[in-house]
Amino acid sequence: MTTLTTPNPTDNYLNHTTGIRSWLFTLDHKRIGVMYLICVLLAFLLAGVFAMMIRFQLLTPEGTFLTQDQYNQAFTVHGAIMVFLVIIPAVPAALGNFVLPIMLGAKDVAFPKLNLFSWYLWIFGLVFFLIALGAGGIDTGWTFYTPYSIDKASSMGGVIPALIGAFILGFSSIFTGMNFIVTIHRLRPKGMTWFKMPLFLWATYATAIIQVLATPVIGITLLLLIVERSVGIGIFDPAMGGDPVLYQHFFWFYSHPAVYIMILPAMGVVSELISVHSHRHIFGYKFIAYSSIAIAMFGFLVWGHHMFTSGQSPLMNIIFSLITFSVSIPSGVKIFNWLATLYKGSISLNTSMIYALSFIFIFSIGGLTGLHLATLATDIHLHDSYFVVAHFHYVMMGSSLIGFLGGIHHWWPKMTGKMYNENWGRISATLVFIGFNVTFFSQFMLGSKGMPRRYATYDAFPNADLFQVYHIWSTVGSTILALGFVICAVYLLHSVFKGKKAPANPWGGRSLEWQCTSPPPWDNFADQPEVGDCYDYSVLEWNEEEQGYVWKKDAVHPGE
Amino acid sequence: MSNTDSTHHDDQVGHIVPIKFLVLICCILLFLTVVTVWVSRYDFTEINIAEMGILMALFVATVKATIVGLYFMHLRWDRPFIGFIFVSSILFVVLFIGMALTDSMAYQPSIIKGDTPKVTEAMDKLAH
Repeated sequence: MTTLTTPNPTDNYLNHTTGIRSWLFTLDHKRIGVMYLICVLLAFLLAGVFAMMIRFQLLTPEGTFLTQDQYNQAFTVHGAIMVFLVIIPAVPAALGNFVLPIMLGAKDVAFPKLNLFSWYLWIFGLVFFLIALGAGGIDTGWTFYTPYSIDKASSMGGVIPALIGAFILGFSSIFTGMNFIVTIHRLRPKGMTWFKMPLFLWATYATAIIQVLATPVIGITLLLLIVERSVGIGIFDPAMGGDPVLYQHFFWFYSHPAVYIMILPAMGVVSELISVHSHRHIFGYKFIAYSSIAIAMFGFLVWGHHMFTSGQSPLMNIIFSLITFSVSIPSGVKIFNWLATLYKGSISLNTSMIYALSFIFIFSIGGLTGLHLATLATDIHLHDSYFVVAHFHYVMMGSSLIGFLGGIHHWWPKMTGKMYNENWGRISATLVFIGFNVTFFSQFMLGSKGMPRRYATYDAFPNADLFQVYHIWSTVGSTILALGFVICAVYLLHSVFKGKKAPANPWGGRSLEWQCTSPPPWDNFADQPEVGDCYDYSVLEWNEEEQGYVWKKDAVHPGE
Repeated sequence: MSNTDSTHHDDQVGHIVPIKFLVLICCILLFLTVVTVWVSRYDFTEINIAEMGILMALFVATVKATIVGLYFMHLRWDRPFIGFIFVSSILFVVLFIGMALTDSMAYQPSIIKGDTPKVTEAMDKLAH
């Protein structure tokens, strides 16, 4: 066994210090990552409850149990929490914080105190969202579009607290991004050049660039909106000569790149999962690495495709449509390289791999349906319909969150030191895949038949009966999806208390996190580890006694 | 770059600029402020270029920002990569503001006029 150990092998980050204060004031990146994970999952549960309320409301054309105002609140809160509190921080802040420094062979991130501060900012952001719910609620949609959000007479009273919450969460995101950029630049170990980094680090780096560059724009935009609503300065208010479309420019300049903040880290996770669980060297390493940077760059140039029907000028529509098509190139590069990695690989069809394969399937549909919406002529018909809802759920939920779940399962033994029940994992992942597709594919059909989004009832439509059939399918699918998540929560929690002890390397990974014990020691590595090719699995073999992978006896270690 | 390198860099305190030099830069900035004020008082309509005042003021402001970046922010002595990042961020802002304003100007003619009750009300008050 070549696991790098500390002088005391039973000492790890979970038992090194004890008590609630040792967690709340910790500077350890692993504990901060775990705290993010717990909070993000609780926020996911909360937003998921609102999602189920939406689905059950739409079971009948007249609406089942919510008033129209309550329905508006339900979809706003669902969207705002899912975007700002769950999907954006999920992979970078929760998994990234835990894994990134260990992958680098470092003891921590570059700025540990800033890291803890980011987590507290996340908590403050959550508090402001809860205040918004108590202060009359929010019904503007998660985009806070003007003029609705600045009209005090019609929109609800929780708008300003929600805006403050999103503003604070933006700072949390910026600090995490800054931390990761500096950590990757300054704390790489000896021998780890840029093109020897695991692809998860490339994806996290590309994400961090977007976080640092784009998030300040949403900060200042939300601040302007707060001032506009409270004082009335006439920037976005058409009644005062302001321009609501300008708000949409400002908002989407951040919020479209934010989609890549959500998807890029998940792509990084999938690159790791595909390679490790097919036990095959990643195909086209440099292309995948460069495509992450290309997606980050292109992501800044496509924001106008959200405004094709908002009064944006024809010239800008054409420019943004063209550039939007170009995003499909680096995305396609990733898909083809993942498929090429799988080809002739020795695939272990375990839970993480099922999530990775689900990601490829779902992201392909999400990406390709984006081309329908990037085409100016078809977007006129599909805009603000359920087709859009289905498309962005395929990308943001189906891809980002499934990548996140895949990552949780991949690194769970490392985080907790326990193995979960693989059979229940496979059942749960399959239910999530089926449930997701039933829920949202039916929404593609709904949108193409003309069902608009954000409607609490649809009994006034002549084809309400047809809409109802698809809504029933969608609700059934969401129930299957929820069942998959519940099973997942149960076996993961069960593993924490009753799970088998995890070996250092249960899946056969080569990157540095698999070379320290599970769970990792307090300071990760007693000595700085040597770095080799993190996708060369030929040096590893299965060890029955360890129930994990170990180095082959005759394998040459890096640095030898 | 490595962990070892970072330890090495921690020992450095960066480039130190003499106080006299900083005072000189400060004086240049103050002089350029005077130039901006002078430009604002000059009537360029005499040479039929009404926007010249704005262009001159923006030019002087750009020169001042460059001096601040180069000397007060130490970009003059830092690695070229840091300068590259700084210039990239400016290009990024230009891209954002440029495209948003280009669009805003392009759709102005299609906006239906007269739908600004608060502005109309304020203008009426001024007229009376």
